[in-house]
Amino acid sequence: MSTIYILWLRQVKRYLRSRSRIIGSLGQPILFLVALGFGFGPIYQRAGQGSYIEFLAPGIIAMSILFTAIFSGMEMIWDRQFGFLKETLVAPVPRINIMLGRVLGGATAAVFQGIIVMIISIIIGFHIYSFLLLFGSLLFMILISLFFTALGTAIASMLSDFQGFQLIINFIVMPVFFLSGALFPLKGLPPALNFIATIDPLSYGVDGLHYTLTGNSHFGMGIDVIVLCVITFAVLVTGSYLFSKIEV
Amino acid sequence: MIKVTNLIKKFDDFTAVDNISFNVEKAEIFGFLGPNGAGKSTTIKMLTTLLHPTSGEIEIDGINPRLHQDKVRASFGIVFQDPSLDDELTAYENMQFHAVLYKVPKLVRAKRIEELMKYVELWEKKNELVKNFSGGMKRRLEIARGFLHHPKIIFLDEPTLGLDPQTRNYMWKYVQNLNNQEQTTVFFTTHYMEEADRNADRIAIIDRGKIIASGTPEQLKEQTKKESLEDAFLELTGHAIREEEASGLDKMRTMRNAWRRK
Repeated sequence: MSTIYILWLRQVKRYLRSRSRIIGSLGQPILFLVALGFGFGPIYQRAGQGSYIEFLAPGIIAMSILFTAIFSGMEMIWDRQFGFLKETLVAPVPRINIMLGRVLGGATAAVFQGIIVMIISIIIGFHIYSFLLLFGSLLFMILISLFFTALGTAIASMLSDFQGFQLIINFIVMPVFFLSGALFPLKGLPPALNFIATIDPLSYGVDGLHYTLTGNSHFGMGIDVIVLCVITFAVLVTGSYLFSKIEV
Repeated sequence: MIKVTNLIKKFDDFTAVDNISFNVEKAEIFGFLGPNGAGKSTTIKMLTTLLHPTSGEIEIDGINPRLHQDKVRASFGIVFQDPSLDDELTAYENMQFHAVLYKVPKLVRAKRIEELMKYVELWEKKNELVKNFSGGMKRRLEIARGFLHHPKIIFLDEPTLGLDPQTRNYMWKYVQNLNNQEQTTVFFTTHYMEEADRNADRIAIIDRGKIIASGTPEQLKEQTKKESLEDAFLELTGHAIREEEASGLDKMRTMRNAWRRK
């Protein structure tokens, strides 16, 4: 337990100390909220869908979590290159604990980031549908964070340097975000796009956030929770396996 | 304490460690010498569970590291050749992190951290981030950290690289003490032959993946009929300078610095 805690603490301390990173990574969500939210607002309204910013905000919260989580997971590549990973790998601690501590720490940072973006969207003009359901939103933020931090860590276990990083961003992170229903409603999509959105893990996170923040849901909250729990568990198991195989 | 039989490690078609066997007794200080790229670090990585051997057997304190990784990991401490500190943590936090990972009892934890940090004269800087430390200070901290949990075996992979003679002496005094009082087995590599001569009970010389000579420093000198261990070493391994394959690390450092503000 104490070993998981100390690894968690380390990740959180690193996050809190990199203030420029925290602030820097707020730029993108704010830009999306303002440019897309207000830019597409009038068209969205004319299409009879109501306010676009109300629709967009949960998706942008999910986006900021996605990015922070994946980066936190992949931060392990730095640790490998700068040797610190070795220090944890020779310690008499089951590797699964090390992996768990890292993932929990990275996920905590991602949840923080999600909460900050939520507060910013409220300032910009987003309305919370029910304060009671905010706890539900928190649950979804935690699930999204855990899943993508674990995914990032699993990917980083297989990479020894940043050569493949751009590939991951362009072929995994970006599609996962753009095709998740974060930017557009999933109802009435062409079948191909609908299919992709259905197998996109983030879709369920975004949907859960939509439900708990605005009261609308595509899949239903039960499905969202179940899917996220199952895939998070699966990626944690796979990640632990890959992590235990790391050789330096 | 350490028993190695017919150990082989191949990377693709390159054989880094080529069928070596040796024993290290309990409470022995064992020097593992060789030119760059001879296979020293690869051997240490295999002994410390960071690499899996291609073939051959290893026993650490009677345990097979392949079968019981965690048990073996609990029995040794290591000071790595290249840095392994967390730059974004303070010196004290790095020590604390290590103490928790190695389950140093809470009661002795704070006391021992203070003692060791005073020993390497970093106590005044305990709350500074490690990234602001000079190379020598990092090295000292790393050494202090390696001694924190009083292991049965300690691996020192070129521990004194870049240290001034004062600190080097200091460190060896500590190692000798630990060796005397707690019967700690010491396995070290170094390029300073005089250091090996002075401290090692026994030495093995590895070159191109093979152990080419072993014995006490005196025996090696006798065997080659040389005055100093350095001459004996050169006699055994030849004068040609070895090339070591460059790592991607330098590239990474430039990349990281590009991202930094200062």
